[in-house]
Amino acid sequence: MTETLIAVLSKNALITAFAVVGIIIWLSYWLSDRISAGRIHGSAIAITVGLVLAYFGGVQTGGSKGIADIQWLSGIGLMGGGMLRDFAIVATAYGVDLKELKRAGGRGAISIVLGVLISFTAGAVLAVAFGYRDAISITTIGAGAATYIVGPVTGSAIGATSDIIALSVAAGLVKSILVMTCTPLVARLIGLNNPSSALVFGGLMGTTSGVAAGLAATDPKLVPYGAMTATFYTGVGCLLAPSILYLLVKAIVE
Amino acid sequence: MIIYGVALLGVCLLVGVFLGELLGQIIGVKANVGGVGISMLLLIFLSHWRPIKEKLADGAASGVLFWNAMYIPIVVAMAAKQNVVGALSGGWLAISAGVTAVVLSFALVPILSKASDDPRSLSDEG
Repeated sequence: MTETLIAVLSKNALITAFAVVGIIIWLSYWLSDRISAGRIHGSAIAITVGLVLAYFGGVQTGGSKGIADIQWLSGIGLMGGGMLRDFAIVATAYGVDLKELKRAGGRGAISIVLGVLISFTAGAVLAVAFGYRDAISITTIGAGAATYIVGPVTGSAIGATSDIIALSVAAGLVKSILVMTCTPLVARLIGLNNPSSALVFGGLMGTTSGVAAGLAATDPKLVPYGAMTATFYTGVGCLLAPSILYLLVKAIVE
Repeated sequence: MIIYGVALLGVCLLVGVFLGELLGQIIGVKANVGGVGISMLLLIFLSHWRPIKEKLADGAASGVLFWNAMYIPIVVAMAAKQNVVGALSGGWLAISAGVTAVVLSFALVPILSKASDDPRSLSDEG
């Protein structure tokens, strides 16, 4: 019987995902109401539960797709994959205030470049602190601290070894997970409560998944503004890191 | 009809991502440059365009609003498929690089959003 059940769940993977995510969210909102008296937002709890499940999924299967590597939960991978994520992000733009976009557009653009530089520098300096001395490794790790896509793109462009590339992906993943979980906690402290600061936030953080989840857990109304700038960040990072930033690092360390 | 809204979303995403790919090729990077951002702008502009606006008012908007509402569940699924083990297996360098990058970026948010003006003081400016 268990086999039949698992077969049905696996065959209808996306539907299974809808049901499972629905249960996670229902449970999280219940916890939010009962345990935290509404102080911690239900979606923040749901995202954290998702990450915890992803951890156990990873430990159990040894795969890289969190809980989606468990066969009957593979639909989570489709539901939470880039295709539907981007589709839903675009849908959040419906009803966006164009005036807000225009007003903060300039600062949003500055924040993207500044965001890439800040994260890159943080990663590069720590790489040096941990004993790396060659420009290729330092640049790749710095790029990984930008996002987990900029890291491997940069690494393969300038010829980093695969363990350094893996390290850069890990740095980017840490960043993205931290943004997901910490944004609602620091939102008030950093004034993240209006479209304009959300635009700047998206540009500075850059990790689309981190920004998407972090803002969802803070205030869903801010999502489109942050997502808008965040989607340009990886492109800018892939432009700057293997070129100017690599040459700069090379000039400094060699 | 709901499908008009869903199709509008789909067309916006496809066109935006396509343009993002082209933009990436033009500036010579192996990444999509702002594809989703372009899609969002497209949706904002198209939804104000007369013929589309009429269809949206005539029920098609539900197709957009459904996906808008599915956003948080999709993000929860996205969280559940993250490579959390991979992130932790990067060791202290990966963790400290990620933490430092995030802390510094968080700290810059209030500085940059207030740098040139206070958002509320400009609330009546076009």
